[in-house]
Amino acid sequence: MTKIVICGVGGQGTILASDILSLVAMEEGYDVKKSEVHGMAQRGGSVISNCIFGKKVYSPLIGLGEGDILLAFEKLEALRSLSYLKKNGKMIVNDYEWLPITVASGDATYPENIIKTLKKKVENLICVDGIKIAADLGNIRTTNVVLLGVLARFLPFKQESWLFVLEKRVPKKTVEINKTAFLLGFASEA
Amino acid sequence: MREFMSGNEAVARGAYEAGCRVACAYPGTPSSEILENIAKYKDKIYCEWSTNEKVALEVASGAVFAGARSLVAMKHVGLNVAADPLFSMGYIGVTGGFVIVSADDPGMHSSQNEQDNRNYARAAKIAMLEPSDSEEARLLTKLGFDISEEFDTPVLLRLTTRISHSYGIVNIDERKEHPPRGYKKDVKKRLILPAHARPRHIIVEERLKKLKDYSNSFPLNRIEWGNRDVGIITSGVSYQYVKEVFPKASVLKLTLTWPFPDKIIKEFAKGVKKVIIVEENDPFLETEIKAIGIDVIGKEKLPVTGELDPYILKRAFGSSEEVYPTQDIPSRPPVLCAGCPHRGVFYVISKLKLTATGDIGCYTLGALPPLNAMDTCVCMGASVGNAFGLERALGDEISDKIVAVIGDSTFFHSGITGLIDIVYNKGTSTIIILDNSTTAMTGLQEHPGTGKTLMGEETKKIALENIAKACGVENVYVIDPYNLKETEEIIKREVKRREPSVIIARRPCVLMVKSEPPLMVISEKCTGCKLCIGLGCPAISIKDNKAVIDKFLCTGCGMCAEVCLKEAIEGNCS
Ligand SMILES: Cc1ncc(C[n+]2csc(CCOP(=O)(O)OP(=O)(O)O)c2C)c(N)n1
Repeated sequence: MTKIVICGVGGQGTILASDILSLVAMEEGYDVKKSEVHGMAQRGGSVISNCIFGKKVYSPLIGLGEGDILLAFEKLEALRSLSYLKKNGKMIVNDYEWLPITVASGDATYPENIIKTLKKKVENLICVDGIKIAADLGNIRTTNVVLLGVLARFLPFKQESWLFVLEKRVPKKTVEINKTAFLLGFASEA
Repeated sequence: MREFMSGNEAVARGAYEAGCRVACAYPGTPSSEILENIAKYKDKIYCEWSTNEKVALEVASGAVFAGARSLVAMKHVGLNVAADPLFSMGYIGVTGGFVIVSADDPGMHSSQNEQDNRNYARAAKIAMLEPSDSEEARLLTKLGFDISEEFDTPVLLRLTTRISHSYGIVNIDERKEHPPRGYKKDVKKRLILPAHARPRHIIVEERLKKLKDYSNSFPLNRIEWGNRDVGIITSGVSYQYVKEVFPKASVLKLTLTWPFPDKIIKEFAKGVKKVIIVEENDPFLETEIKAIGIDVIGKEKLPVTGELDPYILKRAFGSSEEVYPTQDIPSRPPVLCAGCPHRGVFYVISKLKLTATGDIGCYTLGALPPLNAMDTCVCMGASVGNAFGLERALGDEISDKIVAVIGDSTFFHSGITGLIDIVYNKGTSTIIILDNSTTAMTGLQEHPGTGKTLMGEETKKIALENIAKACGVENVYVIDPYNLKETEEIIKREVKRREPSVIIARRPCVLMVKSEPPLMVISEKCTGCKLCIGLGCPAISIKDNKAVIDKFLCTGCGMCAEVCLKEAIEGNCS
């Protein structure tokens, strides 16, 4: 069984990413469960979704210390969700800062050197500038798919399955750019 | 065919397959997607956003009288609003099958409390089903209609956030039509004045006995024998956590949890050395099981508060696996969106230092810093009565400092009766209705003021100002909350008025309209005074002592430019 935690900020497209991931796992014949929270959390707050696949999946939730891979769309959120990662788990973090309102208003400070802090704790850390890749491609809204591309490198799924699901799941007009975003993420040096 | 579905989608699918004819709801997380998905089958199922949950349950009950299979869905607290007809329908029973969906929210991801609605099944003496994943959600919705018709009872389908918003693989089926059985007048059944209700109560008690026998032989109340040292009794999503964490244990999975299946529980308890109950929130099963004389371990090990997960379960029963410690870092609370029209009103309330009784919706976020512009939030509609009560207790002087703030959907839901109370009882309160022309918090649903139905049809748009006037309020004003100056003037004037007033702050939710070009800060003019930060806009932050605007988040609403005294914020940045 493989347990993947995706975290970020409401509005970053984490839900679409975990949707696609789950559908690819299903496409490949696995049992899959996914869990996420809607409502209050979506208004620019911290968001987490869980995706678990394997021969037979029971719990839709990943408990603390259980995640095999943590995919973080934002650095502060990577730190926040760190405790969901198991001790020898892998973390993929988007090198991006989104100031929470507590910081923007000057009541708190955004921690410095998060990547460094994370590196000290997590051996298996991959840092990507997903936004840059997406911006170079011409649409920063594809950042979530770039990050999925990075994640895909560590999962046992065929590339065709990813592209097949992407085609079904993203808006028609953006199919091509999203496919490219995925492939760029997959091939990125990070 | 297999599909990947959330629990809510699966309930909708189950209702469709079961031949459901009528479905009603008022939105509420985590239940809202049930009706949104039923709307996909609108050629077969009449569906509506009702004004509130009580109305939803009553409309569905009417359809049940006609013998049509009907469903009503709501979040847990919605069932409080609908509790009155629920208890009556418990007595009246059904003609067409009746499934009442309650989506509870352990952990309070998006709710004001953590009430455990299993207690309603017991209190209203009706049958209850608890699915443990999406596939069961589909199956039990269908089965719910059958049980409802067979035993002449409404069936409570109890979901929780982790059922509603978790996804799993579902095997979908064809629809089987159940044409309405037709309406036949039967006052002894449906007109429950005391003389009719007394015999009905006897029938209800007999029904419970029959249901109990059924529950004891219900195939989905099943024993999965494993190691006999411990036996775990569980239901709902907790079953999944148990299977994951204790794959070898003997498990009694309960699915029809009310009436309580005593025989199978006794049998299970006899077969194991020790019984553990794993359930979220209240010790519902535990209380019943202890009452039949079985010694169990339950809430002394597991929390009553919050939701469960595999880690909590492991911890409670002895695992000491090490995990990364939680980090001490700045929190990231949800915020009013950049460009949210509610912000204008809250900025003014905050500036005028008013006491604001509040209500439930996106606008409750106006309570957070830096706006801090809301004092109370009790339940939907409460702001109106609360403001009046404060005024009555403290006298006219203080009432010049009080406003009630309520959203448009919330006002339709349950603010109107409070307003009538104020007029009738000679109050002078000021009510601000935040009219963003949608039900934003729960995902932008239509409501009686939007001019559209759930089924996508055009309909009469009910005007808030007409309602206010019809309730007898003479001072009714419509303002644009982006216009801070006007907003301030009118609120200032109306709180002082010794008559009731209604101020409608009207501007559509920023998520529904195309953004204006973003604004930008002219760095030379910015003195770093942070006045604009007081708006609490997520697009504005301070960098090197100057304000900066995130051009991707900014919607060009212009409120920050209005607030700035140095004219340092301008439009038309590219
Ligand atoms: C009795 C009850 N039903 C439903 C809800 C869920 N709920 C919370 S806020 C809200 C809608 C608020 O809409 P509106 O008043 O228009 O404010 P907006 O979110 O658009 O600002 C709903 C349906 C609830 N909390 N209580």
